[in-house]
Amino acid sequence: MTDSSALTGTPVVDMRDISVEFPGVKALSGVDFRLLPGEVHALMGENGAGKSTLIKALTGVHPPTTGVIHLHGQPVAFDAPGQAQDAGISTVYQEVNLLPNLSVAENILLGREPRRLGHIDGRAMRARAKELLTRVGLSIDTASLLGSHPIAVQQLVAIARALVVDARVLVLDEPTSSLDGDEVAELFRIVRVLRDDGVAILFVSHFLDQVYEIADRMTVLRNGSLVGEYLPSEMNHIELVAAMLGRELGVLEEVQRRSEARAPGAAPLLSAVALGRTGAIAPVDLEIHAGEVVGLAGLLGSGRTELARMLFGADRAHTGTLTFNGREHRPRGPRAMIAQGVAFCSEDRKAEGVVADLSIRDNLVLALQAARGWARPIPRRTSDALVKEYIAKLDIRPADPDAIMSTLSGGNQQKVLLARWLVTRPRLLILDEPTRGIDVGAKAHIQKLVADLAGEGMAVLFISAELEEVVRVSDRVVVLRDRHKAAELTGQDVTVDKIMSVIAAPSDNHTAAVAS
Amino acid sequence: MTRGRLLWPLVALATLIVLNIAVEPSFVELRIQDGHLFGSIVDILRNGAPTLLIAVGMTLVIATRGIDLSVGAVAAIAGAIACTYISGGGDTVTAVLLALSVCVLLGLWNGFLVSVLGIQPIIATLVLMTAGRGGAMLLTEGQIITVKDPLYRQIGSGFLILPIAILISLAVLTAVALITRRTALGMLIEAVGINPRAGELAGVRSRTIIWTVYAFAGLCAGVAGLMISSNVNAADANSAGLWIEMDAILAVVIGGTSLAGGRYSLAGTMLGALVIQTLTTTVYTIGVPTNVTLVFKAVVVIAVCLLQSPRTTKMLRARRETAVPTSRSQEVAAG
Amino acid sequence: MSTLALSSARFPQRFLPVVATFAVFVVTFGAGSVRYENFASGQVVANLFVDNSFLIVLAVGMTFVILTGGIDLSVGAVAALSTMIAASTLNAGWPPLLSVITVLGSGATLGLLMGLVIHHFEVQPFIVTLAGMFLARGLCFLISVESVSITEPAFREFASGAITLPGDITLTYSVVIALAVVLAALYVLHLTRFGRTVYAVGGSESSARLMGLATSRAKVGVYVVSGFCSALGGLLFSLYMLSGYGLHAVGMELDVIAAVVIGGTLLAGGTGYLLGSVVGVLVLGTVQSLISFEGTLSSWWTKIVIGALLLAFIVLQRLIVRRQA
Repeated sequence: MTDSSALTGTPVVDMRDISVEFPGVKALSGVDFRLLPGEVHALMGENGAGKSTLIKALTGVHPPTTGVIHLHGQPVAFDAPGQAQDAGISTVYQEVNLLPNLSVAENILLGREPRRLGHIDGRAMRARAKELLTRVGLSIDTASLLGSHPIAVQQLVAIARALVVDARVLVLDEPTSSLDGDEVAELFRIVRVLRDDGVAILFVSHFLDQVYEIADRMTVLRNGSLVGEYLPSEMNHIELVAAMLGRELGVLEEVQRRSEARAPGAAPLLSAVALGRTGAIAPVDLEIHAGEVVGLAGLLGSGRTELARMLFGADRAHTGTLTFNGREHRPRGPRAMIAQGVAFCSEDRKAEGVVADLSIRDNLVLALQAARGWARPIPRRTSDALVKEYIAKLDIRPADPDAIMSTLSGGNQQKVLLARWLVTRPRLLILDEPTRGIDVGAKAHIQKLVADLAGEGMAVLFISAELEEVVRVSDRVVVLRDRHKAAELTGQDVTVDKIMSVIAAPSDNHTAAVAS
Repeated sequence: MTRGRLLWPLVALATLIVLNIAVEPSFVELRIQDGHLFGSIVDILRNGAPTLLIAVGMTLVIATRGIDLSVGAVAAIAGAIACTYISGGGDTVTAVLLALSVCVLLGLWNGFLVSVLGIQPIIATLVLMTAGRGGAMLLTEGQIITVKDPLYRQIGSGFLILPIAILISLAVLTAVALITRRTALGMLIEAVGINPRAGELAGVRSRTIIWTVYAFAGLCAGVAGLMISSNVNAADANSAGLWIEMDAILAVVIGGTSLAGGRYSLAGTMLGALVIQTLTTTVYTIGVPTNVTLVFKAVVVIAVCLLQSPRTTKMLRARRETAVPTSRSQEVAAG
Repeated sequence: MSTLALSSARFPQRFLPVVATFAVFVVTFGAGSVRYENFASGQVVANLFVDNSFLIVLAVGMTFVILTGGIDLSVGAVAALSTMIAASTLNAGWPPLLSVITVLGSGATLGLLMGLVIHHFEVQPFIVTLAGMFLARGLCFLISVESVSITEPAFREFASGAITLPGDITLTYSVVIALAVVLAALYVLHLTRFGRTVYAVGGSESSARLMGLATSRAKVGVYVVSGFCSALGGLLFSLYMLSGYGLHAVGMELDVIAAVVIGGTLLAGGTGYLLGSVVGVLVLGTVQSLISFEGTLSSWWTKIVIGALLLAFIVLQRLIVRRQA
């Protein structure tokens, strides 16, 4: 699993045995990483693999707990982003981390602005900015506000900022996630120019095609540990996906499949026709029947969460129709769909699920209580019984209904959030990454629960980055790729290999755009 | 958790009381005269009644991550309406109802700006804070309107063994505690304040809830305004309820409810209001000019806020955690 | 069609609130000129500055704070404290220069302390500056409960000194000082890294930090600036009133916040212009003079009009923000 390629030249960046710990969590453990001059090095891994943490360790945002970083052979320890920048490491973060309320020129040069008589020389600054923008192929008014430009332009401005210092290391953290084909092609052109100038480029992307298009070398992380360093030529798409998702090829166990759950000829519980949202997901057709578990597979950024939110009414659809239980709906918010019996467990537990300072009891009955309205409180006896029932059923620990939610482990929080919806007896349960970041026991528990619920007649839409899990629980799998529905697999086709080959298949729209 | 938050205000209150007794041993004396209870403590309660009442409404507003700066102006409007109506020969009960309805409407207006238009609470309520007092002045035509109405007088200075004002405030406090804790309102308010997005996704009607708490804050301010004006038998649009919003906010914050919203403590608010009122009385007892109270108020506020600040809490928690390592949530790792 | 596109290009949306403020100023002033014969005179305009010079200085400091997304409720109280310190030290025979330095130093120090508490203890600016307001007011009364009139001759002479402009328009030195403060603040805000960091922190503190900017310095610094401006505003106020008093400038923080908001600065931080705040002060001043010219209208109409203007402007800003989103 270790390096199999011959090294050329000494690494610019050499990170050894890097660990990063946050209170109670080890986000990165003993990872080695190196970056050579004049290469594009892709850092691969699913959510929670530790990519961002590794980048932040390098750029001084979260200094590593243990381990050493060598830059040009010298040991360095950055504990603020400014220090790394001064040392020639420039970073373009995933979300454009610039200031929409300032001008383009300021966004490029603030912190290193040209000065005259002690004050900022606006004219010189705009001239210098213009020069840098030319290098990234942009010609826009440098005095205009950054926020007035589309995200793609902002992304290029961020790269221009990275070029201000004579950067020897350029970190691009998912720079393409919001760009279209032509914009990606333009970005890659610039990246190649920089690479040929000898800049070492660390590149993170979820789009496999892009990685194979641009990367000279790849490092794969999984669950905070190093999987290995590879050359793109020695590893095909499917092997890469397998490395990222943690699955050895050739040990395909046959997964126990439930017999076809759907009653033949029955009308679907939910049916979406050409349902889409600009900038989030291309129009999708989807049917879900009662008693059926539909898996939604795809890499991060493929549009799986966006689709789920749209079905729940959390985001409004721009196109298409949504029929639930025989009636067409145009939900303007979650309440309408909740009333219809739809439940949605968000992937972002912390921001969209957990009410941290409230007790398990309050968190558990929140949705049910919200549906009843404040004036009709759930009688204490009922809530006691419900909470007790679900604490036992889902094995929530601590088993104390009054324990404060923020003191629970991630797995137990997730169980409480699941229970929050189960007590509303939904007809369709949408689970977005219900098992992410939780321990194995809790994971198996939740998977079994999903099967049981479907057995009782509930429809479930199950989203997960872990393909084995999707295969294990789903009767049918919809595969998304680049915000499009790429395939729908049923029966014998529901296998990890099949899904992986769909995910890894070169996508038409991207290759076309990038190649042109 | 709540008990920990109440520790510092309790310490502050106890210190103040001890200080008072040391300076003036008769501080704790109570006597009954004409069936009325008299004494320094009763005075503190009576003078603190309007602040306490407003602080109760403010607690709920702050729990939703909001703030209401307009309560002082609303209080002035309530007094102005009631006194103008009564001095014009109107019936007392109608006057009171009229004043309170207007205050509820003003609260609804604040709620509209915050929940529907999505304007920051501090600036949304600043509008009424600025314009409201002007409106009250307009009603009273800039005069101090005095009324001689025995019934109206009862609100602020009547006695049923204890001063009626404090009985009203305590009744409202108890009612709010019962209503929010016996129904689901309190939990939903806290959920909206702690994690609005989670609340929204769980189907909580956050807009209605926010609207309701501002309306209720308006009502509390109205009743407090009637107390203030009834106590002096007059409506003084200029100075009635001046800075009371600041005292109320301080009472809430001292009581351990964070301005960032979420868990609230009505008991804490009551303690906070008592601390502020006792402080005022203490300074007076010691013989310092009344206006200098402000310095002490500042010191108490800063002390309590620093002790409750996230940084201090973190430091204390860090010390506790190194002693007993606990496994906390893994969210930090994601992203 | 093309002219429309041109004008929208020349006035980007970000200037809209300031343009609106200026339009309101022109309209209110125009209304005054139509209604009253003597309104449209140079002296009335000059008096807007004379009567509001301290407010302009306070608004400058407040703009810095609000641009970072903070708020400073202590400005009125610190101004009052400054009048008190100035009056008592001058009457105690201190040389005026020393007295002035003491006032400015104590204002800046108070601001520094508040900034440090806000930044390092993560207590909300609202509460900290509210405590600062109580402290400053209380300190006033600790010095003296009564109003202290200033008898120092040099100070009085400076206060009554007038600059005559062509057309027999007279200005006080306070106006000159206020305008100098505005110019200095414009320089700092737009041409120094500190000033741009103030905007950056208001735009997104985390982005600014990732960009390697000195965010802590900016966050604490704005309260120092505001404390200094409050002290200087207080000095100008004592020149205007020739006294120090703990009840001077009561509620002035609200006028200042209103002026800044009417001037187009977003309370969320990051967006706004200093000149907007100055025009905001002038709008408030014009409303006041209009109402005093009217004579029959009571002064409380001022408050109502300010409230209405405030409402109009926050709704306008809200609409602009929504359109951008």
